[in-house]
Amino acid sequence: MSQALTQDKPLTKGKRQRLAKPELLAPAGSLEKLKFAVHYGADAVYIGGQKYGLRSNADNFSFEEMREGVQFAAKYGAKVFVATNIYAHQEDLEGIAEYLKQLEEVGIAAIIAADPAIVETALRVAPKLEVHLSTQQSTMNWQAVQFWKDEGLPRVVLARETTMEEIQEIKARVDVEIEAFIHGAMCSSVSGRCVLSNHFTDRDSNRGGCCQSCRWKYDLHADEESVMDEGQNPFTMSSKDLSMIQHIPDLIEAGIDSFKIEGRMKSIHYVASVVNVYRQAIDAYMADPEGYELRPEWVEDIGKAANRPLNSGFFYTTPGVKEHIYEAEEKPAPYDFAAIVTDYDEATGIATVQQRSPFKPGMEVEFFGPGGRQFTQQITEIMDEEGNPLSVARHPLQMVRLKTMYPVGPLDLMRKRLF
Amino acid sequence: MLISVGSIAQIERFIQAGATAVLVGESRFGMRQPGEIKSTDLKEAVSTAHRLGAKVYVNMNKLFRNDELSLLPEYLKAVQEAKADAIVFGDPAVLMNIRQYTPEMNWFWNAEMTGTNSSSASYWGQRGAIRAVVARELNEEEIIDLKQKSAMEVQIQIHGMTNIYHSHRNLVQSYLEHLGREATLIRKGPDKGLFLVEAERPDEKFPVYEDDNGTHVMSPDDICLLEALPELINAGVDSLFVEPLLKSDEYNEAVLKGYRQALDLWSENSKAYKFDPKWLANIQKLQNPDRELGFGFLYKEQVY
Repeated sequence: MSQALTQDKPLTKGKRQRLAKPELLAPAGSLEKLKFAVHYGADAVYIGGQKYGLRSNADNFSFEEMREGVQFAAKYGAKVFVATNIYAHQEDLEGIAEYLKQLEEVGIAAIIAADPAIVETALRVAPKLEVHLSTQQSTMNWQAVQFWKDEGLPRVVLARETTMEEIQEIKARVDVEIEAFIHGAMCSSVSGRCVLSNHFTDRDSNRGGCCQSCRWKYDLHADEESVMDEGQNPFTMSSKDLSMIQHIPDLIEAGIDSFKIEGRMKSIHYVASVVNVYRQAIDAYMADPEGYELRPEWVEDIGKAANRPLNSGFFYTTPGVKEHIYEAEEKPAPYDFAAIVTDYDEATGIATVQQRSPFKPGMEVEFFGPGGRQFTQQITEIMDEEGNPLSVARHPLQMVRLKTMYPVGPLDLMRKRLF
Repeated sequence: MLISVGSIAQIERFIQAGATAVLVGESRFGMRQPGEIKSTDLKEAVSTAHRLGAKVYVNMNKLFRNDELSLLPEYLKAVQEAKADAIVFGDPAVLMNIRQYTPEMNWFWNAEMTGTNSSSASYWGQRGAIRAVVARELNEEEIIDLKQKSAMEVQIQIHGMTNIYHSHRNLVQSYLEHLGREATLIRKGPDKGLFLVEAERPDEKFPVYEDDNGTHVMSPDDICLLEALPELINAGVDSLFVEPLLKSDEYNEAVLKGYRQALDLWSENSKAYKFDPKWLANIQKLQNPDRELGFGFLYKEQVY
């Protein structure tokens, strides 16, 4: 049962004496992305299954793929969570118990759930499966957090509207794991409190059908007239994306247990780049909190994978005019990845890579791997697997060999500048 | 038949027009009320409604922040002292406070658009809720199923606009600042004159307004389930909610009267009941021509 709701319990002020290392939690829209997320330093990944998730368009996992993902992650000491974060209608709930038992059986560590029907079923039928409360439950105060802890949940994912100060207070008052989004796209509504897609397209936002109507353009009328003058930008609810790379010490000192990156629909390049940066920043701070400094290349690398402007969400202030996107539509990220390294021959200095977008000799590319290893070079010559020279690597998944300036390793990535 | 009210005068007027319950509140605790009935006026509000034979529920459907929690115990006690019949909320923080400070209080679970199935309704029922307020995006089959399986009172919306988007961002203010128009246009609170039009749907006007609880976008059409009343009553629905937001008192009065005539005829003799087009015509006379009356999601199939 709950402790009394003492409003006046004094909070410990100032820096915490012993800081716990937070978990870095990354999205994985497919088995391949899972491998990159883990290889680049995620402590845990979250994926979607064939049902009950909010990304019905993502490449969701079969149980077989989950099993393989769990085994791969285990080699790195990483965990796999499954998002079962829909608000279910009655028809969806058929088979839920069986599904949750299977998740437990394949070794999933936790589900992320919002609907009390799913929360309750999981606690009852799959006791080894942890239940984490999804951000879709819009939890932003410590008493609500206390409620869910009392219900048997070891972790609460806070609403994205929660401020840094509020998180500090929640951590000080309730002994429960707190997960917070630190990077990625955001609902501009309170998560779960939006059915725009239902109204515009008969697609259910809260069952994975979101068509991002909040990013569409609208004409705002006041008293029957448009408030927009000729040449001005229309109204939108579109928010900038979240990035907290500049505030790692605050996040750790607030006591947040899990740093969550958004983006199950994002590319391998995105997941690897973003995880790589946060991994380095967290490790650097934990190794030496006093001497920690934000490195400019981290901010740059985040920018290389970002396709929308970034900000710090609600952590420090309520987002205002500068935190929304009125001007142009999103543009592609300035870099795209061109290839994945599959092998490297130390004797010859030649790497074998799998093509993911066209490249050719003369092009300037950047190789990078976990831990911030990276270098830029010009591509000299490229060959097929038999050693025949190629003028351009134009086929998706084509295996190509090329000389690299420094040693590289499997799962390193090669990216190219787009503009 | 329940309607939310923003003043003591509305309590009297709407009960006389046929409401048998009213929802009151203030923006510190409840969102999207048509006006403020402060905690100091709760006693008068409750005694007015009770004298006229109607129930009073208090709206606390906000998502609370840490620094607002300390207001809850006092407010709950004031609600209890005023002898309101129930409180309505969707933030578990309120439940924590009820358990501690006013454990005798009746409460309804209202998670707005996220109350979508009978198991989640039952979840709150097992924790003490006596009524589930159902998402407006459910269809009739789902409502029937929910009523049968949840063993609780069920409340649905039968008339008016619905909230389809709620943000803690000040989106109207931010946009006007972007246009450089801040001085002239910022208006706080429910506002009939502000609406959004999406480029490909020029005929649909989505009311939007901003208040202390953020930005609210409302549906471009009004639900009207007058013709479906027998089905809903047969389904066992316990409470029929009329949303009065952004409408005139005359309009809301006509709505209540129309439904009241239908409900009375049904209870007199359900076998001889026949829908009378006059009931609807009286509402249509006052209906904003920009806003269609429709069945909402009652007969819809959604995909995802």
